Amino acid sequence: MTPHAMMTAFSTIVIREVRRFTRIWPQTLLPPAVTMTLYFIIFGNLIGSRIGDMGGFDYMSFIVPGLIMMAVITSSYANVVSSFFSMKFQRSIEELLVSPVPNWIILAGYVCGGMARGLGIGFIVTLLSLAFTRLQIHNLPMVVVTVFLTSALFAVGGFINAMLATKFDDISIVPTFVLTPLTYLGGVFYSISMLPDFWQGVSMINPILYMVNAFRYGILGVSDVNPFVALGMILVFISLFSAVALRMLARGKGIRH
Amino acid sequence: MTNALEIEGLTKTYGDGFQALKGIDMNVRQGDFFALLGPNGAGKSTTLGIVSSLVNKSAGKVRVFGCDIDTHLSDAKLNLGVVPQEFNFNQFEKVFDIVTTQAGYYGIPLKQAKVSAEKYLRKLGLWDKKDTPARMLSGGMKRRLMIARALVHEPKLLILDEPTAGVDIELRRSMWTFLEEMNREGTTIILTTHYLEEAEALCRNIAIIDHGRILRHTSKRDLLQQLHVETFVLDTESTLTEAPALADFPCRLDDEGALEVDVQKGQGLNKVFVELDALGIKVVSMRTKANRLEELFIRMVEENAAGKGAAGAQGGAA
Repeated sequence: MTPHAMMTAFSTIVIREVRRFTRIWPQTLLPPAVTMTLYFIIFGNLIGSRIGDMGGFDYMSFIVPGLIMMAVITSSYANVVSSFFSMKFQRSIEELLVSPVPNWIILAGYVCGGMARGLGIGFIVTLLSLAFTRLQIHNLPMVVVTVFLTSALFAVGGFINAMLATKFDDISIVPTFVLTPLTYLGGVFYSISMLPDFWQGVSMINPILYMVNAFRYGILGVSDVNPFVALGMILVFISLFSAVALRMLARGKGIRH
Repeated sequence: MTNALEIEGLTKTYGDGFQALKGIDMNVRQGDFFALLGPNGAGKSTTLGIVSSLVNKSAGKVRVFGCDIDTHLSDAKLNLGVVPQEFNFNQFEKVFDIVTTQAGYYGIPLKQAKVSAEKYLRKLGLWDKKDTPARMLSGGMKRRLMIARALVHEPKLLILDEPTAGVDIELRRSMWTFLEEMNREGTTIILTTHYLEEAEALCRNIAIIDHGRILRHTSKRDLLQQLHVETFVLDTESTLTEAPALADFPCRLDDEGALEVDVQKGQGLNKVFVELDALGIKVVSMRTKANRLEELFIRMVEENAAGKGAAGAQGGAA
């Protein structure tokens, strides 16, 4: 394929993905908006007013970056895992397999589709947060880079999950039993400096902690970890996960007999 | 002239150890209308699956218009359009989107894809359904949608795996006409089908595959010349109670009282009528009992099975 043809194939996949999640917006865009609004009301307004300051900021301001990140992570992951697995399930993945689209374009197309939904949700949640608090931006490049890379990382993760999944149950195991606990324990609602030393140490092996804190640093200027270390980690994981996903595609794991 | 498809020593062993293909060789000439026939589980879909990159081969070579799928897969795919046996499109997408998206996967810009999609949707009688979600289409429409999708990038080789399965006779005939037109315009076509009447009507060359081996790979004409006996069914004016004794033709009554007559290759049909006329039996209509290709096909597969049985028995005795 010529570079122009590859670009056309790439944009076709991305447009198809965006068309898919916007067509079913009550399932894809509305739920995180409702959930995050509830978080803002309950944790931020009702409970947060009794908690007081955290990291030098009122509790609502403190949790907003974490909640935006949580929405971005879950939506980026969910979009790719559900879309790609549905294609496997309906066998419409064969449309791509018989075509000359290179594997890296397939991966890039799905990841960008996942990022479109993740970042779209992030934008919606950010707008909603403005109704509850006044957002300041401490370091805009850090905010943008962190949210883009995190979204990409979890989109690739969703792709690997979809490749490995053989039934619908398999696509909810990782979000339920891995992503949600890691996100809740990743410093969304608290600063790990509140934890005893042992649990602070345990928290440091949670990769989501780094992403939430890098993003929080970009917005508030405070972080439990070095944000640049966090960015480096995300890049390493993106490279690693992409290599695994491409290897799976080349071998036809779960998609070719 | 380059062959449209060349297969050499193709083998496929699935993960559970089942050997679906045991080293097949097959060539399809450019411009041919070719049938790959075989009973269920013979290896037809596996062969076509490997050619279309849906199945990984274990060994062997496959070339599509000279492009080796091991070294020039992308070029091979550009020449290929595939219509699978099972519906494999997103049931929630609209007809037009399915076809234009497929064109996009081949690198065709949207504007051009829309023109090509309209052309084939019109040709296949689906243009008025272009905004209908695929799940709302009838079975026949879904099959035609898969053909339109496979043709949107104008492939030189079109592979159809059971294209008319579950399609009513009228629609089947119109699909035959369409495929013949495509073939006349230069598209090489390979099809698998259970309707041997279809293969006999459309194809010029035929390969018969069974248990992962090619039993015969020849022209339809050569194949049909191997048919030594043909059975004709004669409806008589008066109902017969027993089969008449004809001098040169074995005959019997079928369940509905019609007369079945076996005619050897080279025997004239006129003689049958002469003998029946002499016995005072008037024939009002006549048809062949089975499709000619079907008779050959059944015989070959049965002979192959009998050969395997005998070999198995010998192996067991040893």
